[in-house]
Amino acid sequence: MMNSGMVTAAYIIAAVLFILSLAGLSKQETARRGNQAGIAGMAIAVLATIIGDGVQSYGVLLVMVGIGGAIGAYLARRVEMTEMPELVAILHSFVGLAAVLVGFASYLTPEAHHVGTERTIHDVEIYLGILIGALTFTGSVIAFGKLSGKVGSKPLILPGRHMINLGIGVVCLVLLFLFIGQAPEAGAVETGKGWGTFILVVMTLLAFAFGVHMVMAIGGADMPVVISMLNSYSGWAAAATGFMLSNDLLIVVGALVGSSGAILSYIMCRAMNRKFFSVIMGGWGDASPSSGDGGSDEPQGEAVAITADEVAALCKDSESVVIVPGYGMAVAHAQHPVSELTTQLKKAGINVRFAIHPVAGRMPGHMNVLLAEANVPYDLVLEMDEINEDLSDTDVVIVIGANDIVNPSALDNPNSPIAGMPVLEVWNAKTVIVSKRSMATGYAGVENPLFFKENTRMLFGDAKESVNGILTNL
Amino acid sequence: MLIGVPKETFAGEKRVAMTPETAAHVIKLGHTLCVESGAGEAANISDDLYRAADVEVLPDAASVYSQADVILKVRAPQIDASVGNEVEFLKPGTALIGFIWPAQNEELMNALAARDVTVLAMDSVPRMSRAQKMDALSSMANIGGYRAVVEAANQFGRFFTGQITAAGKVPPAKVLVIGAGVAGLAAIGAAKGMGAIVRAFDTRPEAAEQVESMGAEFLMLEFEEEEDGAGEGGYAKVMSKEFIDAEMALFREQAKEVDIIITTALIPGRPAPELITTDMVESMKPGSVIVDLAAERGGNCKLTQADKVIKHGDVTLIGYTDLPSRMAAQSSQLYSTNLRHLLADLTPEKDGQLNVNMEDEVIRGATVINQGEITWPPPPPKLSAAPKPAASTPVAVAAPVEVETGGMGGTLIAAGVAAIALLAVGSVAPPDFMSHFTVFVLACFIGYQVIWSVTPALHTPLMSVTNAISGIIVVGALLQISSSSGFVVFLAAVATLIASINIAGGFLVTQRMLKMFRK
Repeated sequence: MMNSGMVTAAYIIAAVLFILSLAGLSKQETARRGNQAGIAGMAIAVLATIIGDGVQSYGVLLVMVGIGGAIGAYLARRVEMTEMPELVAILHSFVGLAAVLVGFASYLTPEAHHVGTERTIHDVEIYLGILIGALTFTGSVIAFGKLSGKVGSKPLILPGRHMINLGIGVVCLVLLFLFIGQAPEAGAVETGKGWGTFILVVMTLLAFAFGVHMVMAIGGADMPVVISMLNSYSGWAAAATGFMLSNDLLIVVGALVGSSGAILSYIMCRAMNRKFFSVIMGGWGDASPSSGDGGSDEPQGEAVAITADEVAALCKDSESVVIVPGYGMAVAHAQHPVSELTTQLKKAGINVRFAIHPVAGRMPGHMNVLLAEANVPYDLVLEMDEINEDLSDTDVVIVIGANDIVNPSALDNPNSPIAGMPVLEVWNAKTVIVSKRSMATGYAGVENPLFFKENTRMLFGDAKESVNGILTNL
Repeated sequence: MLIGVPKETFAGEKRVAMTPETAAHVIKLGHTLCVESGAGEAANISDDLYRAADVEVLPDAASVYSQADVILKVRAPQIDASVGNEVEFLKPGTALIGFIWPAQNEELMNALAARDVTVLAMDSVPRMSRAQKMDALSSMANIGGYRAVVEAANQFGRFFTGQITAAGKVPPAKVLVIGAGVAGLAAIGAAKGMGAIVRAFDTRPEAAEQVESMGAEFLMLEFEEEEDGAGEGGYAKVMSKEFIDAEMALFREQAKEVDIIITTALIPGRPAPELITTDMVESMKPGSVIVDLAAERGGNCKLTQADKVIKHGDVTLIGYTDLPSRMAAQSSQLYSTNLRHLLADLTPEKDGQLNVNMEDEVIRGATVINQGEITWPPPPPKLSAAPKPAASTPVAVAAPVEVETGGMGGTLIAAGVAAIALLAVGSVAPPDFMSHFTVFVLACFIGYQVIWSVTPALHTPLMSVTNAISGIIVVGALLQISSSSGFVVFLAAVATLIASINIAGGFLVTQRMLKMFRK
């Protein structure tokens, strides 16, 4: 058995390992070691807690950890790389739900005995922990639904939605003041009928509703921001739980995860030139009226179609090819043919590279993972800032299932809803091939003048079939 | 419909309007094809190759004209009886597609209209993005530009590329290309490919970028007034006298320096402008070559004679007007592809029925005679091939790039508010809370530092690993699982379960993902 000092020491080791784990992800070479550090940290933390004093019910514990671990392992093995955003979203929801449960358990536990300011602070911690956990839970569940297509990806705009949000916020604040000072009454543990518990339950339901409403109002294109934001919330929920339980390890980990998610949200927002606040306020709703009197009434001209064999011939005659993947590639599961195309072209001595926009796909880094799955070497995969300069010296750019991230109006039309968003300047290349199912607009609902440029050719059809078509003609 | 391809009768014309390769595509549109025997001979396409592509080979032109509903040609039909009047062959109701040049051939137009046929002129296809694939003028000009360099090289007595050999140093040839249209750009590409130093000039400023993209030097004109030489449809227009004077001074300067001049300057509907005067030719180095692609329209140099190679002093002047025909296999291939695209637009249903849709801007532009009625010239096209840059540049400058402009003042205020809030919390909170709070704030800063260094390529693994480690909340649940209250145990047990899913799922999927990243 370990005493509490030893447990704390183990927690310090675990915290250091977690920091090393995140630091390891800075480079592909060290990333795997980083993950192993994370696993080691988790093992140490859990073992120290179990062996430490205060834990006796080993039976329940082992069963629960066993079942949970098995489900987790099954999910991890089975998930398709294209479904990673869904998996991440649902895992966020688990953290949120766990925070809610632990919060309630902490409130109801009969062993707790705080007095005075300490009590008040403890109550505030419980309240906040449950609040953040609850909205992370439902928010993530809705995000999961949107990503997996079970819930429509169009933003749901309720009338007076800002008032609804504000109302929920005010009510939660009022409930907080009512809640402070309400101790669980005698017998509340058994019946759950105490006044304080009632307030907590009401607040939890409100937070659930808030989480649903918040994510429902956010459109498909903003998903990378939402996922990062929920990632951040799940961290803050863990940190709040740490405060509630006076557990420094939870606080450290929660803070790490929370700031990680916050930074990712910031990077995603910057990549779309959107204010974080306006993303959270929902949809592209606020910007859309200007699109009508903005760019779309210019003469658009007509798009020129091209066939797969012509694309193949074009690729064969070029010296450098850049492939720009987007969410359409993930939807069509075209990453394997794309990888095969890369191999074939490289064999023919053509310089093939990939250009990844930060918000391509549905979560940060989504495209990198898909390409890695299809065995595309990661040194061919470049970030937007690394490759934008080179695009003017590129013979052929193949855009696969991307739209808004290659839209020139972001740069040259100040009235466009996506004005100012950094984009891949593919139109500077000699020829741009756009593989697309139809002429439909992207998630931002903005016309893309790229399709009508003189050096653009449209390759219509399913991305996977189109790429396979190019392959057979090479 | 039966589409017929007769042999070209124009003297020296080697091209053929349909190759077996494109025939296959046309057959897919629901048409049937026939050719006159020997039509492709000059372009090295035997009758057997046509037969292999399911094209019927007919013995003579008369049978092609009498059977086919659509006639594909390269050159305009001959009306001169001495070489065989092709217009006479056309039966009423036939559709004829080929180069017509309606502006220059009024007599032919009237003769065709009298035959009650429909005529689509490849030279009248409007210059717009959608019609690029049928722009036979461009595809022929491309070949002409390339061939011009080949012909020049043939007459030029030296290497194009500079070399340092055991037998001494060879300087590279200097080539001046005047007019950077399709032909000019093709010439630049070919000359550059052979290793020459290439310079180019064009009255349209937007050509500069294209010239430089081909690796040639664009000669700028020292000229005060801004003058844009781009006319309607992406062609050049007539310039002011001052401009022409400055231009001529530049050419005079260049003529002394360069070895080869290729001129491609044409203005629609006018004789070719004279750019190279006799004294410039005489100032050129002995052995120099001039290729005048405008020879058919009078030439950019007065001394050139159409279809001939002549010597003026020590300078060779090439005035061939049949450069595309000199590369018959290539030009037939490109031309027939242009025709194929036009036919595809004419048979939108792919049912083998020709639909001359006069509402369609491209077809309207190309149709010069519709069922015996002259429909040339067409209304002006709505869209210029190269939109003037002026329309878009001011907008580009005005594009707002929103940057966080909090400034130092804002940051200081925020820091001050944060500090006061911290002090307020510290004044009431117990020391225990403050120590936890210290840990929290420091951890946030560590997180901030560490996460910024994560490469964007690993953002997805980052999220899944943070998912896994936020499963650390299991520790909270574990501490409660031994509570004396059954309900608390239940809550803690469920929390343990789902947190465990997170831990196992998060770490394992991260491991799986990271294994995929390879160099």
